[in-house]
Amino acid sequence: MINLKIDNKKVEVPEGSTVLDAARAANVYIPTLCDDPLLEPFGACRMCIVEIKGHRGLPTSCSTPATEEMEVTTFSPNIEVNRRTTMNLMLSDHPLDCQHCVANMKCDLQYVAGYVGVREQPYEGETRSYEKDRSNPFYVRDLEKCILCGKCVRACDELQGRQAISFGYRGFESKITTPFDLPMWDSTCESCGRCVDVCPTAALYDKSAEKNGLAMEETRTTCPYCGVGCGLILETRNGKIIGVRGDRENSVNEGHTCVKGRYGWEYVQHEDRVKKPLVRRYLLEGGSKPKSKEESDENPLWDWVETSWEEALNITAESLHRIKEENGSDSIGIMTSAKCLNEENYLMNKFARQVVGTNSIDHCARL
Amino acid sequence: MSNYTAIREWADEKTADKTRIVVGLGTCGIAAGGNKILDAVEKTLANNDAIKADVVSVGCIGICYKEPLLDIEIPGKPRLSYGSVTARDTKEILENIFLNNKYEHKKALAVIGDETFEGIPSWKEIPFFAPQERRVLRNCGFIDPEKIEEYIANDGYAGLSRALVEMTPAEVIDETLDAGLRGRGGAGFPAGRKWSIAADNIHTYKEKNPNSDAFGYVICNADEGDPGAFMNRSVLEGDPHSVIEGMTIAGYAIGATYGYIYCRAEYPLAIERLKLAIDQAREKNLLGKNILGTEFSFEIKLKEGAGAFVCGEETALIASIEGLRGMPMPRPPYPAQAGLWEVPTIINNVETLNNIPVILAKGAEVWAEKGTEKSKGTKTFALTGKVENTGLIEVELGMSLREVIYDIGGGIPDGKEFKAAQTGGPSGGCLPASMLDLTIDYEALAKAGSIMGSGGLVIMDTSTCMVDVARYFLTFTQSESCGKCVPCRLGTKRMLEILTRITEGKGKIEDIALLEELAPSIRDSSLCGLGQSAPNPVLTTLKYFREEYEAHILDGHCPAGQCKALITYTIDEVDCTGCTLCAISCPVDAISGAKKELHIIDTDICTRCDTCRQVCNFDAVLIDGNLL
Repeated sequence: MINLKIDNKKVEVPEGSTVLDAARAANVYIPTLCDDPLLEPFGACRMCIVEIKGHRGLPTSCSTPATEEMEVTTFSPNIEVNRRTTMNLMLSDHPLDCQHCVANMKCDLQYVAGYVGVREQPYEGETRSYEKDRSNPFYVRDLEKCILCGKCVRACDELQGRQAISFGYRGFESKITTPFDLPMWDSTCESCGRCVDVCPTAALYDKSAEKNGLAMEETRTTCPYCGVGCGLILETRNGKIIGVRGDRENSVNEGHTCVKGRYGWEYVQHEDRVKKPLVRRYLLEGGSKPKSKEESDENPLWDWVETSWEEALNITAESLHRIKEENGSDSIGIMTSAKCLNEENYLMNKFARQVVGTNSIDHCARL
Repeated sequence: MSNYTAIREWADEKTADKTRIVVGLGTCGIAAGGNKILDAVEKTLANNDAIKADVVSVGCIGICYKEPLLDIEIPGKPRLSYGSVTARDTKEILENIFLNNKYEHKKALAVIGDETFEGIPSWKEIPFFAPQERRVLRNCGFIDPEKIEEYIANDGYAGLSRALVEMTPAEVIDETLDAGLRGRGGAGFPAGRKWSIAADNIHTYKEKNPNSDAFGYVICNADEGDPGAFMNRSVLEGDPHSVIEGMTIAGYAIGATYGYIYCRAEYPLAIERLKLAIDQAREKNLLGKNILGTEFSFEIKLKEGAGAFVCGEETALIASIEGLRGMPMPRPPYPAQAGLWEVPTIINNVETLNNIPVILAKGAEVWAEKGTEKSKGTKTFALTGKVENTGLIEVELGMSLREVIYDIGGGIPDGKEFKAAQTGGPSGGCLPASMLDLTIDYEALAKAGSIMGSGGLVIMDTSTCMVDVARYFLTFTQSESCGKCVPCRLGTKRMLEILTRITEGKGKIEDIALLEELAPSIRDSSLCGLGQSAPNPVLTTLKYFREEYEAHILDGHCPAGQCKALITYTIDEVDCTGCTLCAISCPVDAISGAKKELHIIDTDICTRCDTCRQVCNFDAVLIDGNLL
């Protein structure tokens, strides 16, 4: 363990911690824009500068390792002046349309600017002008809002391992870009949305966010798509899902999702979604099953009819029983789903082998 | 007999008693027409069977303003140098010397030796050479860089032999520390200290990763990118083995077995000569496995940089070698802790490495005789700008700027006055006439607000606008900023916009305050050296030439007569002869006037292109009423 002082507060942190980690452990706020605990230190935004006794200049706390007996000051007139100049510079090339912005009230830049306290814009000059890239079906890239913190680049590289984007060009023309500067959809992006998740501004935002304001409730849940069991946080408003993000607290995925988990949630509240069991009318009212496809199209007995779970399960049980009687256990095969829990899959296995009496059981993940 | 003695004997024998005709063919020599001189030499030799001599091409000797150069070496006679030669001169000189025994010629420059010879003065009497101390440039312009025997015959690889055979790695580091050699890339960190930190880290790394492919790396930073700087290029082109030897000694000292030379791709001749030198050194067992029969093995690879100024920064350079975008990373970890591929690495500049063989061959004490207490040795400079003698020079540290500019440089041309000296390229600052007696050493330059830098030295006269100079350097740093950190990417952009505005006559008095607020903040909060030093040109011009900023803003006047938006061209009533030359030359027809009558410039049409002033034979075209 390392013992050090942050603003005269004693704090103990594990080996390998940075000064920023130590400040957080000591409950001292240091503004950051390019830092993310899941990513390697980058040192680009220069907001987390501190003064350290015996060190030259203003080192960035995100990249400086904490050492024994270090004495760190996080707040001084010199730090203030430099943070404010840097923030003013950042805002001199950032659209100031906060009220109309999709990131309004959830924007890190907005928050840190508020913390630093900028009151005027002394640096007039050229601002970048880019078309929004809407080529990806799930998210939008608005480079005019980009502060080049590099979090998206590092998330794509360090967390997703995809390296679909990187820094390109130099000086004022620097921007985050795809290989050969192609639209996002033509890049190697897998639309996992991790870049959108880490973006501190509205340079990357979900298309779904364009239609909605802030989420008012959040629900922690498990992704229903596959057996990995990623933790998700559903962002809802008036009982409707308006966005989904990975749950960073969940040890399975540490906030990570795939494209389905993050963006494949519209079905939940889709009008076509089946919410009650449906059975063919002939199974409910009696009569015989149509013999051919042509016949079935015309036959009202072939229609789907809503029924209760009890009725539907009874019909299924009776049918399985009858088929087993007439044709034997091996005429029945059972397929389970990755969307089920492990326990449910286990029960289906029991059901197939012991109740139905067949070994013909498989799982969609093997297809 | 040791392995080195045998190699040395071979080299001495191969180079002994040769008559040589030497042509300077560095990139500078080639640009000045050196290849034509080489052709003329060969033609003359082909036509005169009586002339028997080896034709040798060498790197740059430094006296750029006298290129192309032709030197003659005859056994028993001093080496003679002829400057600004043409093909016809070449034929004349050769025939005079070899057929008529006549050495004097109108293009005779100097005897490269201590005595005068046949009326030709010794180079010690030539003001350009006299105050110089040639150590780094010891071989440049003297040996054929493509022949390893010439390097060896001039004490080449003697330092390596001494290090490997007689010394332990720790002793080599101590020798470098004793010499007091400081990094010649500009920052001036003691080379020995850097090595000793790396050696400790390599030791630890080896214990932790016994199966690693490499335990440490030596990188030679040959990404010389300052505008107007060409010291490293001249060394690489003229004396490539000195760098290879320096790297190998460094590798032995710190315990590394691999080296990289990171050379900018814009130096094709340097790269070609380095490749050849590496092959030759390997062939002679001066590189590769078990060097000179010892246990020590060392390999060098060459990596071409893709033309980014920021790749001269250590961490960006490492990223570039690793195949990543050249962007700096925060330090720590320092390269000496975790550098190339996370392995402890030292990065030394070309000139630093070039000094190492001399320290090892002659000993630290002898090497440290030159220089000041804290800045030992010599330093090369690319002397350019408004100075009579431009070229590559090497001086003892501690010499004053005045001696460099007025003695070596020969003063300011056209009778104009000195205004400022710019050291350290875009990272350095502009020093005014009041600082002419400043000594050239790391501390004095830093105290004056500039830096030693890698050796760019641009001299400016009164016709240079200091606001425009600051604007020029900011244009460079802005376009070369990697874009990663905010103060550098946007700070240099905003400073550039303010400076541009001032030179265009649109400046406001508050702009000076804005610059004074921005510059220190960019210096203090940027991530790497590029951003941290980018405000230096602005800070020093504001400090020493503030009145020029004020003249631009308050009086709408550019004292140097350079900022187009702030100057007016007129024709002097007395001096104009009505020759019509200006009117004919004007590209926008802004000048009117009949033959033999006063001509007049329509300032609304005039684009301030300066053509009229340049063509006028009577100095009748004035800027803001003054003759520039």
